[in-house]
Amino acid sequence: MSEKELAQKSVEYRKKILKYIYQAKAGHTGGSLSCIDILNVLYNYTMNVDAAHFGSPDRDRYIQSKGHTVEALYVVLASRGFFPESDLDTLCKYQSHYIGHPTRKVHGVEQNTGALGHGLSLSVGAAIAGKLDKRNYRVFTVLGDGELPEGSNWEAALSASHYKLDNLCAILDKNNLQITGPTSAVCNTDPVDEKFEAFGWSVRHVDGHNVGELMAAFDALPFEPGKPSMIIAHTVKGKGVSYMENQLKWHHGVPDHQQYADAIQELDLLEETLS
Amino acid sequence: MDATIENIAVKQRANLEVFSGTLQQLAQNDRDIIVVTSDSRGSGKLVPFGQKFPEQIVEIGIAEQNLVGVSAGLASAGKKVFAVSPACFLTARALEQIKNDVAYSNNPVKLIGISAGVSYGALGSTHHSLHDFAVLRTINNLIVVAPADNFETEQAILLAAESDIPVYIRFGKKQMPLLSEDEKTFEFGKGRVVREGRDITIIGTGETVAPGLLAAEKLEREYNVSATVVSMHTIKPLDYGLLQNIAATGRPIITVEEHSVYGGLGEACASFLIQNNYHNRFRIIGIPDEYTVTGSQTEIFNHYGISEAGIAGAALGLVQ
Repeated sequence: MSEKELAQKSVEYRKKILKYIYQAKAGHTGGSLSCIDILNVLYNYTMNVDAAHFGSPDRDRYIQSKGHTVEALYVVLASRGFFPESDLDTLCKYQSHYIGHPTRKVHGVEQNTGALGHGLSLSVGAAIAGKLDKRNYRVFTVLGDGELPEGSNWEAALSASHYKLDNLCAILDKNNLQITGPTSAVCNTDPVDEKFEAFGWSVRHVDGHNVGELMAAFDALPFEPGKPSMIIAHTVKGKGVSYMENQLKWHHGVPDHQQYADAIQELDLLEETLS
Repeated sequence: MDATIENIAVKQRANLEVFSGTLQQLAQNDRDIIVVTSDSRGSGKLVPFGQKFPEQIVEIGIAEQNLVGVSAGLASAGKKVFAVSPACFLTARALEQIKNDVAYSNNPVKLIGISAGVSYGALGSTHHSLHDFAVLRTINNLIVVAPADNFETEQAILLAAESDIPVYIRFGKKQMPLLSEDEKTFEFGKGRVVREGRDITIIGTGETVAPGLLAAEKLEREYNVSATVVSMHTIKPLDYGLLQNIAATGRPIITVEEHSVYGGLGEACASFLIQNNYHNRFRIIGIPDEYTVTGSQTEIFNHYGISEAGIAGAALGLVQ
């Protein structure tokens, strides 16, 4: 997909995230909207993975460490043909496989996540296996900035540089908000770039909503041979819906009928300007 | 003087050494066999493995959560992964990784809890794993195994290597006697009858089967009481068929485990018996809910009656 097509796709995804969260009356709205551009570029531009060859040992892997923003992953996987989008009508319903965190019961999901601080270790393991088998696949994982205090992240960060995993790319969805308040006030992890650099990673910053910048960053992987790459994606929680942006209540707030209509209207207008 | 495990005539190697040797055999023919350690290759007797197969050992350092998470990631890419760490740390520090990354995600990691139970003796409770059966029994999609002797250990490792669901195997580091001449069958979920008797059944698991067997011999020799002894090496899935056969005799049952008396083999058996209307006289021997006494593994066993004398005494109390 071209940069323009990707930008249009992001709007479409945002509308779908809102649709299914509105329908299910549940979901992690703000964080799904903050990471959706990253997933869009990964699945529609960067990664070598598709529904028909998901079992291929050479596929690129995506492991979502911040599992709670699964709605973003669902709409991307559906659009890439991993399952019919209509499956999402069952989101969080009794006996549905489409639950509030990723599980391998859903085609296209690599790992069951949801407890925070797990994605990076899983990704390190998959990346080490790739090196051992001399396969060329890459492993991508999206971390939330709120989950960084989990110590397991830093254990995994050490292993990633120790094993020189330049086939591993972590993307930090740095939206600066978590359920209690600003991440800097809950448990400050800044300067997070210096911390990862100190742990042996090669770090770059991007605007996490600028698909062109994301494309360029992924094109540049690995940033340095022999080092894992960290993309710090500066994002806005609730991005794309003005009344949700940077508002704590939309961490897992669900829009009511009028709010949903307003959000779609705003995104429709944006879509027109992009076409 | 009571006999102890050390006095059993036919001593073999420690189960830990059998594990290490078996892994080397496996690795020789299968490059997908990967050992993951947390600064534990020495205590896991895996230094020779690391020397022979440097490409097949992944050192994580002292970081058990990462050990298990990385192991799950390796397994997801088709590796046959043995995550090796002292049972106490593996099953407590990394419990969430076991629950989510291994069991829930069905990454068939082989979790190897070394120096399990009270193997570390006087190092104290930080190094004891008396909780692992209890917590791991509640996790779906995980086989829980405590092999008794060298034969069971070797078989468990071989089966685990090919298992497509996760397995937890725990053992100690003491030399173990061979429990039975019957070396023909070993299956996860199928207990082994290592001695046939008529009056009472002693069900042990892991390193408690040996004192159970000693107790049975003492009972026969000194009291004319004839005991069946079972190695219930698989805690989950528990061998309900065998339990049913044992219970149907109406004879008393004693369970013996190197674990808290809460939530382990004994309570698993009791639950089955009660829910199936068996009312055999029943006794659980294990580590009680208290600040564990200081001592070697043998001293701790003797203190809590996980011994020839302790088990025989309990048996006499039940058969009267």
